[in-house]
Order: sequence, then C-alpha cells, then structure tokens
Amino acid sequence: MKRRLVLKQLTAASVLAIAGWTPVVLAADTIKIGILHSLSGTMAISETSLKDVALMAIEEINAQGGVLGKQLEPVVVDPASNWPLFAEKARQLLTQDKVSAVFGCWTSVSRKSVLPVFKELNGLLFYPVQYEGEELEKNVFYTGAAPNQQAIPAVEYLMSEDGGGAKRFVLLGTDYVYPRTTNKILRAFLHSKGVKDEDIQEVYTPFGHSDYQTIVADIKRFSSGGRTAVVSTINGDSNVPFYKELGNAGLKATDVPVVAFSVGEEELRGVDTKPLVGHLAAWNYFESIKSPVNAAFIDKWKAYAKAKNLPNADTVVTNDPMEATYIGIHMWKQAVEKAGTTDVDRVINAMAGQTFDAPDGFKIEMDKTNHHLHKPVYIGEIKADGQFSIVWKSKGPIRAQPWSPYIPGNEDKQTL
Amino acid sequence: MTRRALFIQFLLSLVLVWLPAASAAGLDPALLEPLAGDDTDAKLEVIARLGMESSPQAVMVLDALSNDQLYVTPEATLLVKTQTGIVDAATGASVDTMLDQAATVAVNNRLRRAIGAALSVARLYAPDPAHRLAAARGLQRGTDAALLPTLEKALAGEKNVEVQAALTIAIAALQLKSDRPLLRAQAARTLGKTGNAAFRPMLQGLLQQDAQGIYAESDADVRAAAATALHRIERHVKAVEWVGNLFYGVSLGSVLLLAALGLAITFGLMGVINMAHGELLMIGAYVTYAVQALFRSWIPQWLDAYVIAAMPVAFVVTALIGMALERTVIRWLYGRPLETLLATWGISLMLMQAVRTLFGAQNVEVSNPSWMSGGITVLGSLVLSYNRVAIIVFAMLVVLLVWALLNHTRLGLFVRAITQNRRMADCVGVLTGRVDMLAFGLGAGIAGLAGVALSQLGNVGPDLGRNYIVDSFMVVVLGGVGQLAGTVVAALGLGAVTKFLEPYSGAVMAKIAILVLIVLFVQKRPQGLFAPRGRSAE
Repeated sequence: MKRRLVLKQLTAASVLAIAGWTPVVLAADTIKIGILHSLSGTMAISETSLKDVALMAIEEINAQGGVLGKQLEPVVVDPASNWPLFAEKARQLLTQDKVSAVFGCWTSVSRKSVLPVFKELNGLLFYPVQYEGEELEKNVFYTGAAPNQQAIPAVEYLMSEDGGGAKRFVLLGTDYVYPRTTNKILRAFLHSKGVKDEDIQEVYTPFGHSDYQTIVADIKRFSSGGRTAVVSTINGDSNVPFYKELGNAGLKATDVPVVAFSVGEEELRGVDTKPLVGHLAAWNYFESIKSPVNAAFIDKWKAYAKAKNLPNADTVVTNDPMEATYIGIHMWKQAVEKAGTTDVDRVINAMAGQTFDAPDGFKIEMDKTNHHLHKPVYIGEIKADGQFSIVWKSKGPIRAQPWSPYIPGNEDKQTL
Repeated sequence: MTRRALFIQFLLSLVLVWLPAASAAGLDPALLEPLAGDDTDAKLEVIARLGMESSPQAVMVLDALSNDQLYVTPEATLLVKTQTGIVDAATGASVDTMLDQAATVAVNNRLRRAIGAALSVARLYAPDPAHRLAAARGLQRGTDAALLPTLEKALAGEKNVEVQAALTIAIAALQLKSDRPLLRAQAARTLGKTGNAAFRPMLQGLLQQDAQGIYAESDADVRAAAATALHRIERHVKAVEWVGNLFYGVSLGSVLLLAALGLAITFGLMGVINMAHGELLMIGAYVTYAVQALFRSWIPQWLDAYVIAAMPVAFVVTALIGMALERTVIRWLYGRPLETLLATWGISLMLMQAVRTLFGAQNVEVSNPSWMSGGITVLGSLVLSYNRVAIIVFAMLVVLLVWALLNHTRLGLFVRAITQNRRMADCVGVLTGRVDMLAFGLGAGIAGLAGVALSQLGNVGPDLGRNYIVDSFMVVVLGGVGQLAGTVVAALGLGAVTKFLEPYSGAVMAKIAILVLIVLFVQKRPQGLFAPRGRSAE
C-alpha cells in the first residue's frame, strides 16, 4: 500500500519533470504564460529561438520580482509546424493550463488557424512576426510589422536613387497567403507610382522549392529590359538555393538587387554569405543597430544562450521577430500592472498606449486603437559576416496600417 | 657585358620599385576627404575622379572601398587594410596603428556600381589582359557618353583580340547616339552581332514611333540596321533559351537521379519501402558539414578538397546506418510492406529529431569550395554554374559505379539472383541474409553520396530529406521497379519535362502538371517505363 503510494508520487514527479514544470513553484501563486512555437518540423528553424527569447524575458521579469508580486510560469507546447495542431494546442493552453496570455505563431496560416479559438475562449495572443495585414482582432496584439512598416518602404527605397532607381520589379514569392496578399498590395502601390503592368512580373514557387535555375534565367532576361529589382517574399530557408543560384549565374546585387522580407540574421546563420553581399532586407530591427538598449539586449541573449547551453551558443544572433517577442512580453507585463489584474478584457484596454524602450533605438508605442506597434523601418545590406549594414532608416516610428489603403474597400476598416 | 646587363637590371628594378611609390604620392588627401563623410553625391564624385586618375594608388583605394577594407579613424584619416599591413589611403605609406578605433567606410549598391565603373576605367590599361577584358566588358552599358574618347584611345593601343572586340562593343553602345547616321548604322550592326539581350532596349528605342508616326531614328538605313540587329538578337536569345532549358533539365534530372538511385536499389531491387531514405540523404549532407568543419579547423589550406574527402566518409557512415537498420528492424518485416512503411517512417522521425538535438534546429552552413562557385558563360549570355556541372558529372559517375557493381561483381550477381528468385538463391547456397544487409547498405551509402551533392545546392537542415522523398519514389515508380536503366531515364525525363514546362506555366503549375502526368501514366502502364521481363516479372 505504502510502496504503491511512493511509486505514484515518483511517477507524478517524473511526469512533471519531463513536462518541464518545476515542482518548486506551486500553481497558486504564479501567473501562467503560454508559448506556442513550433519546436519541430519545417518552422523549427525560425521559431525555436522565439521560444528561447520568450523564456529569457520571463526569467528576466521573474528576477525583478515578477508581475503583481507573482512569478511567471511558462507553459511551452510544441505544435510541430502543423497548422491544425496549433489550434488544438491553443485550446489546451487556454482551457487546461488557463494561461493569461499566449506568445506564439509565425506563419500567417498558423495564426489564422488559432484565431477562432482565441475569439471563442476570449484569450490573448501576441503575434511577433511581420505579416500581410488585412486583419484586426480584438484578441490579438501584433508586435511585428504591417505592410506599410516593411514592404512599402522597401519598395520605395528600391525606386529611390540610392536604392538603384529600379523601374521594373519581379515579385517573387512562395505560393501561400502572405506573399500573395503582400504582392497584391505592392502591385497596387507600384501602379500608384506609375509602374505599368508589363514592368511587373509576379512569380510563385511551391513550398520547399529548391531548383531556381529557370526563375533566375527568367529574372536575367527580364532585367535586360531596364533597371530591375526583385522583391522576395520567399519564406525562410528556400531563399538559400535562390541566392546561391543568383550568385552562380553572375547576377550581383549591383545589377539586380533583391530585397527580402523573411531573411534575417537567424536565417543567414545557415548560409554561405559570400554571394549575398549587397542584397537587401527590410525589418524594424537589426542586430547591428547601435543603441545602448540594443547592446544590453544582445548581451543578455548571448549570456542566456551560454547559460542554458543552447545549440551553437557561441554564434547566436538576435533578429526582428525575437525583438518583437521581447517587446510583447514586456508590454504585456506593463499592461497587467496597469490593469492590476490578468483579466483579458482589462489587459487589452490597458495595452493601448503602452510604451517601451525597445532595442530598435526608439521608445515605441502600442497604438491606442489598432493593436499594432508604431515601429521604425530599417533597410540593411547583407554583409559578408551575416550581419546587416543599415543603408536607410525611417525618420521615426511609423504607425501601422493593417488595412492597406492600396486595396480598395479598406477605407472604413481602420479600427476595431 | 653580363655585369653591365645585371647593372641595368638592377637600375630597372629600382625604378620599378620607386614608380608606384612616386605615383602614390600623387593622391591629394583633400580629394579623398568626402569618403569619410556621409554625403553620397560627394562620394560619387570622388569615385569618378579616382577612376580617371588610373594610378595604382587610386585603384588600391577603390578596391579597398569595394571590399570594405577602407577605414576611417576618429581623426578622419583614411586607412587601407592590405594583406601586408595598414597603409595610409592618400600616401600609401605604412602606418603603425591599430584599427580597433576605426570604422569601415560603408558603401551601398549605388556606390558599389560607381566603384565598379571607376575601376573599369582605371583598369583599361592594366597589364593583365584578363583585367582589361573585364574592364571593357564593365563599360558596355553605353550610359556615360563622356567615356567615348577614353575608350577609343584604349582601343587604338590595344593588342589583345578579345579585349579589342569587347572595346568595340562598348564603343558601339555609345555610338548609337552619335550624330552621324553612318556610325549609328554600323553601331547597330555591331550590337546585333553580339546577340546580347541587354542591347535590345537601346535598339528598340530607335524604332519607336511617337504620336505623329515619326520614328525616334530619322535615318531609314539606321532603322533597317537596327531591325536586322534586333532580329539577330531575338534569334540568338531563342537559341540560348532552348539550350538553357535543356541544361537545367539535365541538371534537375541528375539531382533527382542521385536522390532516387539509392532507393532504386532498396525499393526497386529489394522491395523495401524505405521511408527513411530521405533522412539518409540528410545524414550524408550533415557528414559533409562535419568534414568541412574538420577541414576548417585542422587543415584550412586544403579546404577546397573537403567535398572529395566527404564522399567516402558519407558513404561509409550512411551505409553503416543502413546496415544497422536492416539488421535490427527491416529484416523482421520482409514481405510486410505496410509494417515496413510505418516502421521506417518512425525511424525517419527519430533520425530527424536526433540530428536536431545534436546540431540544433537551425540549418548549418555548407559553402561551395571555390572551384564549384561561379560558372562558365557560353553563347554570350547563358551561365552554366560549376556546381551544377559538377553534379551532373558526379551523377554519371555514381550510376556507372552502381551499374558496374550490380553487373560485374559477385555481390551484384547475388543481389540479382535474390531479386529474381530468393528461395532458389538460398537453395544454391547464397547467404541471402548477408547479401540483403550488404545491398541495403549499398543503397543507403549511395543516398549518403547524394547527400554530399545536395549539400552543395541547397539548405542543410534536419528537414532536408522531406523535400526529396516524394520525388525519389516518383522517379523509381515511373522508371519501373527493379530497373536501373528505368530510374536513369525517368529521372532525366522528369527533369527535362519540368524545366521545359516551367517557363510557360510557372513552377507551381509545372509541379502539378508533372504529378497529373505521372498519375495518368501509371494508370496506363502500372509497371513503369521499363518493365522487368521474363520469370522475374511474377
């Protein structure tokens, strides 16, 4: 009888330990936070570091005494790059674990998959990645960029004299919702700038495409008709074979610059950067930004990676979605403290107008009405060491327009 | 006599040593000053003037600027980091300072383009013909009319035929705007001969009509010449496109072939549905990464050879893994395809997670050795990249090796015997268990070799295998199970069809079209392209 009890306790303890819970903290005086990022599957490449940076921010907040006198307790789940599983795991976080807020998702399709769950259960999601806009939900705070905070300034830069004065554009993307919508907005924007349809070429590839020979030959042919730039919404690591092919075909950044919206420091870690030098990326944050807040952020992250013995801890980098995750967690903490409770509706109200000294060098603000951050825009050229040298930056933070004015019918949708 | 010759030589060498230093002194620090500032237009002016200077010192500064080796100290002195040490940008004299206080002078694409043009002008008289050729080619855009006298002077003094041709084209591109119709017509003919599509917009510009129907080019002869030239370019472009598609097709085909060849043995000959085949490719690629890392830290001078060294290592590692798999899991499941499928799929997940734990979820960097970077230009504008060519050759070698192994060795004989009639082979004393293990090891080893090749083309990450497993099965099924020749034909055929479809339909539709075609084909001919004949067919 007694032995069985001991056995039971042992199993319970080991189950808890395996699940990553520290039995020391008792559930009653903690606030639970859900982390919903793929730790396996195709998106693990990008999302793993977001989980780690979220844990780092939580540790940091706990070390300062927690929120409302309580420690934060992260609940990490792995939706395994499987979109329906995102919805299931979100439901589990909200109903079983009763988390106060969830930080997660990367691809637009995973966000779309969890939306109904958050609406139904009145949860709170912080989404840290640049996306295509055309969405505004009460239960979501978007800490990444809307199209007018990334795509539009990037194309404006390409058309400017410093950016090469491009007259023709290849809009190249992976075939799914983010590139299709972004390119729709960009086409309308280019029309408004007087670029004709015959000077715009839209090309899509399947997911995981790795043979870019035909596409590169096509770009080369297209570029013989005048100054050409490529706007790449190819997702994640499919960019690598594209850049490799571009380099081998002898198309340099000085001939045909490529500006990418999903290539950051983290993605460049797995790449031989020699053929990429001079190509561009547009983000709201680069690791190479020189500001005291950023230096502190990078130091913290490096120390954390070493302390937790993350894979390749000596070469870790920071990037834009990581910064957005970090801002999101801190802003949520401030909002909870302002509201004096973790109640979702009151936290949502308290989020409006929150400010935070962000690593991007500005004191940035959560918009009072539209759930998006005001963010600065940076355009960087890839350097040989995998970092970016910043060649253009906006005068200050820009207010997000989640409903792009370049798509007809969006005029009256600007607020919730 | 000899002593005198020596003396003269000595004098000459003195002069040679002294010359660059003398011309180096010619750069005015005030001229370089804007480079330390933030004004892009001022920088552009400096770059253009440095190009006209064409002294070695100016070339050195431009070179340093384009390679991020030009530094500016807090006191606004410009320094160049060379292989031997740090020198002052203006004087070229060695400076004894550290660069930790200094920042690099940042350049953007606009500056880089200007630097390229300036360097081209500066190098028109370089001693190395290859440099002169590159310089002349860099000036063929026909944008800067002020260069015409410079180019004509360079052409007059040029001895090398190739450089002469390149300079003639560069001059023609500028002469298209000349005020003498005769020169314009001649220029149009010269440009037409190149077949280079980059000149198309210029020529088309001549033929444009405005609202009143008046041509931009007033002279009818010049218009005729331009039209012929355009026609020539058009024809050339068509030919290049065709050859290009053929090459891309063969290249994609060879990649498919490499990925599927191991499967042709394990699935085609042995009948094992090995879902972990993709992960064996992935392990091959990770072995390449590991070998590269070893070379980098132990023998960096041999780094370019790491790919060669990675091949046997990858083969052995994956073959061992394959044999272990066969002995522990698969051999208990012979004749039960569904269970094999599930078990090997489970193994593939385990292998992926193992790699993820060992190396991290991020992709790892495998860089092309220098001899595999870049490409060779044929027919004027078609670039055949070295890594693609190398992989085509490699695929052919591997096919030859496998063919020889299956048809000319004792092991191959046993494998074929077991494929045809396992019981009979067993009866006459073939150790079927051992041969199964070796054959599976061979298939796995070839997957490892393919992994080495794939690492040179795309990403190396834990998911690498996922992208190839479907294509591999497609090739083997299409080619006909049990046939090496079928696999080769199917892979090359699939590659060629995809690449000829892609320009018309786009990559997404091409992929769908291929799948539909295969479904239809397998409906009509379930045994694949090459069906095994005779008794083994049962």
